[in-house]
Amino acid sequence: MRRVLLTVLAAALALAGCGAEASGGGKVTVFAAASLTESFTRLGAEFEAAHPGTAVTFNFGSSATLAQQIVQGAPADVFAAASPATMRTVTDASLAGAPVTFARNKLEIAVPAGNPAKVRTPADLAAPGVKVALCAEQVPCGVAAAQALKAAGVRVTPVTLEQDVKATLTKVRLGEVDAALVYRTDVLAAAGEVRGIPFPEADRAVNDYPIAVLDDAPAGDLAKQFVQLVRSPQGKDVLAEAGFEAP
Amino acid sequence: MTAPGLSARLVVTRPAFRLDVSFDVVPGEVVALLGPNGAGKTTALRALAGLIGLAAEGHITLDGRPLHTEPPDRRPIGMVFQDYLLFPHLSALDNVAFGPRCRGASKAEARRVAAGLLERVGLAAQAGAKPRRLSGGQAQRVALARALAVRPRLLLLDEPLAALDAHTRLEIRSQLRRHLAGFDGATVLVTHDPLDAMVLADRLVVVEDGAVVQQGGPAEVARRPRTDYVARLVGLNLYRGSGDGARVKVGELPFSTIEQVDGPAFVAFSPAAVALYRTRPDGSPRNLWQAAVEGVERHGDNVRVHLGGPIAAFVDITPAALADLDLSPGRQVWAAVKATETHAYPA
Amino acid sequence: MTTTSRSGSARGGGRVVAGRLPWVLVVPALLGLAFLVLPLAGLLIRAPWPTLLQRLSEPQILEALRLSVVTATIATAVCLLLGVPLAWLLARVDLPGKRVVRALVTVPLVLPPVVGGVALLLVLGRRGLVGQWLESAFGVTLPFTTAGVVIAEAFVAMPFLVISVEGALRAADQRYEEAAATLGASRWTVFRRVTLPLVAPGIVAGAVLCWARALGEFGATITFAGNFPGTTRTMPLAVYLALETEPEAAIVLSLVLLAVSVVILASLRDRWVNAA
Repeated sequence: MRRVLLTVLAAALALAGCGAEASGGGKVTVFAAASLTESFTRLGAEFEAAHPGTAVTFNFGSSATLAQQIVQGAPADVFAAASPATMRTVTDASLAGAPVTFARNKLEIAVPAGNPAKVRTPADLAAPGVKVALCAEQVPCGVAAAQALKAAGVRVTPVTLEQDVKATLTKVRLGEVDAALVYRTDVLAAAGEVRGIPFPEADRAVNDYPIAVLDDAPAGDLAKQFVQLVRSPQGKDVLAEAGFEAP
Repeated sequence: MTAPGLSARLVVTRPAFRLDVSFDVVPGEVVALLGPNGAGKTTALRALAGLIGLAAEGHITLDGRPLHTEPPDRRPIGMVFQDYLLFPHLSALDNVAFGPRCRGASKAEARRVAAGLLERVGLAAQAGAKPRRLSGGQAQRVALARALAVRPRLLLLDEPLAALDAHTRLEIRSQLRRHLAGFDGATVLVTHDPLDAMVLADRLVVVEDGAVVQQGGPAEVARRPRTDYVARLVGLNLYRGSGDGARVKVGELPFSTIEQVDGPAFVAFSPAAVALYRTRPDGSPRNLWQAAVEGVERHGDNVRVHLGGPIAAFVDITPAALADLDLSPGRQVWAAVKATETHAYPA
Repeated sequence: MTTTSRSGSARGGGRVVAGRLPWVLVVPALLGLAFLVLPLAGLLIRAPWPTLLQRLSEPQILEALRLSVVTATIATAVCLLLGVPLAWLLARVDLPGKRVVRALVTVPLVLPPVVGGVALLLVLGRRGLVGQWLESAFGVTLPFTTAGVVIAEAFVAMPFLVISVEGALRAADQRYEEAAATLGASRWTVFRRVTLPLVAPGIVAGAVLCWARALGEFGATITFAGNFPGTTRTMPLAVYLALETEPEAAIVLSLVLLAVSVVILASLRDRWVNAA
């Protein structure tokens, strides 16, 4: 029995040791908003190619959740958030200084293929019988949607307030709603199943994406280099392809 | 086949077991299926109830109507199970009223019938009690009342007294006998206890290894067993031999008997009819042989002596005789049985 | 109750000498308990006690709580109505391919609830196989309605009921059912008057598990029924949203959910134990 315990203990220590060693070596851990999944995955591959021997690992998710995880001590080197508000959770806890905006995202009206409810303008979203999904106001895309609709002077009664933009988009993809307000990047990612309709009031609710290296980053230098890549012309091209605008 | 009562051929095939028994029961008659454990008695009873299907060659006819094509709930039967299976969530009264309710009686009517039956079995005071508060004997009587409440034409009893202690058993046995006497349908009772069978049944059907080996009235079966099992049950020594007038030869040993038999024959005598001697006794025309003592054991107030070859036999003697004879295993003795105590009948 | 008093009197008599508790069992048992209870303690410690009452009186919280309790209860009723007969079928009827059917019943246990929600959309959604027909024939759409919440919860919670009721049916003495049949009871009467009362404790246990699972249901609900205050935003959805902005509010909501379920389950259990 004692031997078994010792073995388990030794294995656990060895695992912990491995982890420490790897993060001390060529490994960067990036916490990034879910909307950055496609573009950051590509940038990560390019970074690894440019820095042989290094590995970039990502934790994609809701910006607010990621911020909470960082505040609770998750081992992140870089944090890229989908809104200044969520970044503030981290800077307020004095875990990172001076974030910079590296990209912007704009809302579009997303409609299912075929546009069954014939939606063309924000005003159409308020028409009776049109089912609309919005993000909940607790998450950045919800805040942006509220601002944009207010700017358009439209009162919309959605059927659902989703917890994140991907869930909102899913409702459109499956045709459960006639329209939703999501980011341009999300529309592009679902090209073919979903059509995007830009509208001018979206300019009043542009979402800034800040990025920051965390103060206690275990891989500080590599982390800074990764942020540089994101802000480089090369990085801007990748982000633009995904539908982001430059700040 | 249109005679009233039950006429059945029960055929059930199982891997490594086949039951094939035929018997009739007239209305008012109680037939006991008697046999060792595993003989197929309970299987036969479950087949009568419809809880087991019959093979194609089997049939059950009750009062001229085929029964084997009906599901259990459509058969006019009442069944008392070995451990009664009173519904634990219902009171004694509701247990008895269950059958009448299922057969279409109103709630009030069913309860009235049930109350009457409980009264008849002497349990009016326990009507509201849940089964777990009833003693074994009370539960047995509730189970009987429940089976009778559906006014069955065929009453089935599976080891009705087996779950009772010796004292209760005596009392319930005589009560059950009274209730069965008052029942005008056919009754089939399964038991492995010869005393239950003798007291309760008008006729015994002895089942061994899935087949009927003997049937007849209790006195007939008790006097003339036809298998070792029955002989042991009724406490007789039984041998198979070959008859030649007033003598039956068992192996090399000739037995003089009171009955005349020719051809294959059984010889039976009681262990108490055997006398033992240290030396060869003189005179009197008896059946006499020499044997070795194989064992001695208590048997009620007497002592039972087991004898080895030429024919294995039980002998009952008094403790005083045991002391006189100074018997111990291995000792050679002479055994004698009077011809007047030796019964012979065709095999 | 009986067990306690019996062991108590045995100890009082001083005759029973129990051996030492085997640490091989006790240590993992205590670790297991700590593992289950510590996160709860974490919630209690971090709860914003001074503002608790004020937060509790917020109408959105009461609304979400009411919706949760109502939908979980209706979902449990639906599960009982469909799940008990299904358990009976699995336990009592010789079906071809019963093993496959039993495996299928447990699918919602294994499926990530979000996937379950998508699957429900594909069948009952506006463009789903059945949903399309429901809308054209009756004008009924299920997503984004309270009925949709009930369906999502029932889908995820039903296996808990079916499995425990089937277990109870298998453990019950079937000879009681035979006895009922010899008394003239049809199979339906046997089920209603004998089988059901005999397995009632198993059904209650299954229903409690089912209710608890429905109360905590998140993934399938948010995917299939959406998330709108008053109609589909149950407590778990409210908790998740609150986590985005106010983790403290999320803790309060979780505590409320916890307290309500503990109170209801405990009172149910008491009533059930006393009745038995």
